[in-house]
Amino acid sequence: MPTYTFTVNGKKTTVDAPADLAMLWVLRDKLGITGPKFGCGINVCKACTSHLNGKAFNPCVTPVSECADKNVTTIEGLAEGDELHPVQQAWLDQDVAECGYCQPGQIMAAVDLLKRNPNPSDADIEAIENVCRCGTYFRIREAIKQAARDLARG
Amino acid sequence: MAEETRDQAGIGRRRLLTYLVAAPTLTVAARWGLGAEAAHAAIPSSPRPSELYDVGDLYKQACEPTKNLVLLEVAQDGDAWLWLHRMEVGQGITTACAMLVAEELDLPLSRVHVPMRDADPALLYNQLTGGSTAMRTVYDPIRQAAAEARARMVAAAAHQWDIAAEQLSTRDGMVVADDGRTATYASLAVAAADPGLSPTGVTPKSAAEFRVIGKPAGRIDARKMVTGQLEYTLDLNVVPDAKPCLVHRPPTIQGRPLRVRNDAEVRAMPGVIDIAVIKTGVAILAETFGQAWDAKKVLRVDWSAGTVDGLSNEDIFAKLEAATVPLAVPGGLLDTIDAEFRFAPVSHAPLETNSAIADVRRDHAEIWSGLQTPIFAQQVIAEELGLPQDAVKVHVVQSGGAFGRRLFHDGAMEAARASKAFGKPVKLMWTRVDDMRHGRMRGPSFHRVRATLAAGQVASYEHRITQTKTDFSHGLGELITAKLSAGAGNYTYAQSFFNMMVECPYNFGVVTEVLHEPEDIILNTAAWRSVYSAMVRGAEELVVDQIAARLGKDAYKFRREYLKHENVRAVLDKVALEGRWGRTMPRGHAQGIALHVEHRSSCAFLVEIDATDPRRPRVYRATIAADVGRPINPLGIEAQMISGLTDGISSTLRAGLHIRDGLPLEGSYSQSHFARQKDSPRDVKVFVMPPSREEPGGVGELPVPAAVGAIACAYARATGTWPRHFPINFEVDFDPFPTD
Ligand code: FES
Ligand code: FES
Repeated sequence: MPTYTFTVNGKKTTVDAPADLAMLWVLRDKLGITGPKFGCGINVCKACTSHLNGKAFNPCVTPVSECADKNVTTIEGLAEGDELHPVQQAWLDQDVAECGYCQPGQIMAAVDLLKRNPNPSDADIEAIENVCRCGTYFRIREAIKQAARDLARG
Repeated sequence: MAEETRDQAGIGRRRLLTYLVAAPTLTVAARWGLGAEAAHAAIPSSPRPSELYDVGDLYKQACEPTKNLVLLEVAQDGDAWLWLHRMEVGQGITTACAMLVAEELDLPLSRVHVPMRDADPALLYNQLTGGSTAMRTVYDPIRQAAAEARARMVAAAAHQWDIAAEQLSTRDGMVVADDGRTATYASLAVAAADPGLSPTGVTPKSAAEFRVIGKPAGRIDARKMVTGQLEYTLDLNVVPDAKPCLVHRPPTIQGRPLRVRNDAEVRAMPGVIDIAVIKTGVAILAETFGQAWDAKKVLRVDWSAGTVDGLSNEDIFAKLEAATVPLAVPGGLLDTIDAEFRFAPVSHAPLETNSAIADVRRDHAEIWSGLQTPIFAQQVIAEELGLPQDAVKVHVVQSGGAFGRRLFHDGAMEAARASKAFGKPVKLMWTRVDDMRHGRMRGPSFHRVRATLAAGQVASYEHRITQTKTDFSHGLGELITAKLSAGAGNYTYAQSFFNMMVECPYNFGVVTEVLHEPEDIILNTAAWRSVYSAMVRGAEELVVDQIAARLGKDAYKFRREYLKHENVRAVLDKVALEGRWGRTMPRGHAQGIALHVEHRSSCAFLVEIDATDPRRPRVYRATIAADVGRPINPLGIEAQMISGLTDGISSTLRAGLHIRDGLPLEGSYSQSHFARQKDSPRDVKVFVMPPSREEPGGVGELPVPAAVGAIACAYARATGTWPRHFPINFEVDFDPFPTD
C-alpha cells in the first residue's frame, strides 16, 4: 500500500492508504480526526467541509493522493489553542447550533467565504450550499455577518 | 471535564447526592386553561379530545410513578451532573434542563453538566423522547431533585457550623451564613450525601424568584460543537477495535436478502474483513468506510420481494383516496367548500444518518446509538440476541437530528446483528442513499375536507385523513406498551394518538376529524416532527383562508373572530402587528398568516413570499410569535421556531419522496430538496410571549403546522391558485442512483 505524507492541523502525518481512498476516511477511520462529518459522501451535503492549503474542500470526494504534501485543516485546527477563531466565536454569540452535526462544515465554509470575500452580501452567503437539516440558516447568516464585522475591526 | 471520564454506573455505588425516590401520585385529566371564553359570533364547537387530554398529558401520567427517578449528582468539585433520561437531538433540552438545575441549586450554568442516561428499565415509561413532551414531563421532577440537593447542602453546612438552616442561604455554588461565613458545594458534597441528614425547605422556587428560568441562555454544548469536540455515535472511540460496517440493501422497500452471488469476489477486495447476511441486507465489515463502500458497489445479491413492489406514489394515493372514510354532511345542498389534498411521503433525513456501535459477546452486549426509546431498544435487542435484558448495556448518544426517526433503533439492531454475525465489534453507518430510500419516512396522506356555511357562519367542518400506517410500535418506549400496540393493532393506537394531537382551534360548529390507516400498504414509517398536525392543520389553515375569502373577510380578522381561545388571539395579533399584516405587496408577492395550537402551547406565523416565478417561490420574511406557557429558555424556543419555519419551507415547497416501483427515487439532498441557505428568509423575527401559565408547554413540534399553513396561504395569495398537492413543486429533476 502506498504511503502519503501531509500536514493535518499543523502536524506532519504519514499514512498507509490506497491512492483512491477518500480523505474523509483517512481522517476519520485512520487518524481518528472526527470533526469533519459524513452526511452524504458525494459532495452534496458539505458536512465534511475542511480546508486544503487554506481553501475549502470536501474530503469525502478527495482521494488521499491529492492531499499528499499539502496542508489539511479540519475544524479541530481552526482555533488557536483556547482562542476561538472569530467565526467560531460568532457562532457562539448567535447561538447557531441545534444538533450541531452540520456546524463544523458550516464554519469551515464560512471561514473560506470570508477569506475570499471579507464583506459578503446576502446573495454571497446564499452561495454556501451546506445542508443544515435542523434549519438554523437564519442564525448562520447572522453569525457570518457578525464575523465579517469582527474580522474587519481586527 | 469530558462526560466520558465520568462513570455513570459508578454513581449508584458512590452515592454522593443521587435521587432515586419513587413517589407515585395520582393525576387527574383537568381541562386545560387556555382562556377559553364565549366565542364572539361564531358557532361554538365542543372541545376536541386533545383540548381535554393530549399526548403530553398521557405521557406525563405514564411517567408519574417513576417521575422522581432523576439522577442528579453533586460531584466533589461542586459541579452538578444530571444524567438526563431524555435525548438531546438538537432541540436544546440539555440546556433547558441545566437551567432548571442551575436555578434550584444556585449554581452557575457552566457548572451543570447534562450527559444522556443509559437505558434504565427502572424508569419504565419514563425514558422516551418525543411528542414535544420533554420539558412538560421533567420540569417539576428535575426542579424538585435540585431543590432537594440544595437543601442538603444547607443542612450539611448547618450541621458543620451548628447553626439553624434558616440563617443560611445559597448563591454561586456556595452556602452563605448570615454572619458572612461561606462553604463551597465542593467542600460540602460528601457531608450532604449523608442519609442521616434531614433537610428542610425542599420546595422548588416560585416563579417570582426565578433568576435563570425564562432568561435567554446559549446552548451549553455549543463550544464543543463549534470546535468539533462534540462526539456523535461514530466519533466515539469507546471500542477501539470496532471496525466500519455498511449494509448493502435491497432494490425495493423491505426486500430481504436470499443469497450473495459473488461472495469470494467481495471478500478478496482490499480492506474487506468479512461479509454476512443479516435480516435487512448484507453487512460488510472493512478497515475503512471507504473500502466497505467500494465492496457495497460490487456486491451482487438475490433478494426476496418487498412490501410495495410495483407500487408508485400515484398508486398509493389512489388506494388512500379509495379508502377514505365518507364525509357526513352531504355536498351540493348547502353552501359548501370542498377540498382534497395530497401530501407526498417525506424522509426524516437527519444529517447524521442511522448509526450505532455494537459489541456483542457470547454472554453480554454493549450498544451506543442515538435512541429516543432506549429501553425498548434494549429489550428488543436482548430478545434478538437471546440474552437477558440486563446483559445488554445500551448507551444513549446525543445525535445529529432526529425529527422522529430515532424513535426506532434500526441502526442499533442492525449493528447488534452484524456484530453477532461477525463475532466482532462494529461501527455501523447508513449511507445517505440508504437512509432516504430504506430509512423511515412520514407516509403519504390523502385528505378530504368539507366546510359548510350557513347564515354567514361556519356550521360544520369535516376533515378525513387517510394515511399509510404510521409505525407506533415503540409504544411508550418499552416492551409492554409496544406489545399492547401490536395486540390492539396499530390502528387503535394511531387513532388514539391522532385524537390526542390534532385540534381545530376554531369555532366551526360541528367539527369532525377522522384518521384512517389502510393496513395493506407497508412502508418504513415513524412519526415525523408534528406527526399528523403538519398536514391536517396545515391544510386546514389553507381552507380557513378559502372560507374567509368566500365570506368576503380578511384572513387575519376572520381567524381572530373564529378562534376559541384568547391566548391564541394574542399570538395572532402579535404577528399581524409586528409583521405589518395587510401591507401592500409587489405583484407576485404575498403574505400568509396561520396559527397552531397543540402541546399546551400556541404559535402564529406571518410569512412573505415571492412567487413571481411560481416554480421557484422564495419565503423571504417571517414573523413568528409563540406562547409556550412557561418559557424556560427563550433563545432555545426561538431556535425551534426558526427550525420549524425551515421544515415548513422544505415540506411545503420542495422536499419529498417519489416512490416508484417499490422504492423512493431520492437518495440525496440534491434530489430531495430540503431547504438550503438560498431558500431561507433573510429576515426572521421571533417573539416569545411572556409566561401565560405556571408550567411549560411543548415546543419542538409546535411551529411546523403553522409554518406549513402560512407558507401555503402566502403561495395561494401570490399565485391566485389553491395548492392541493404538497410539496408544491415536486418534479423528478435528477437521475436516480442505481440500486445494485
Ligand atoms: S459528506 Fe462530504 S459533502 Fe456530504
Ligand atoms: S444544526 Fe443540525 S444539521 Fe445543522
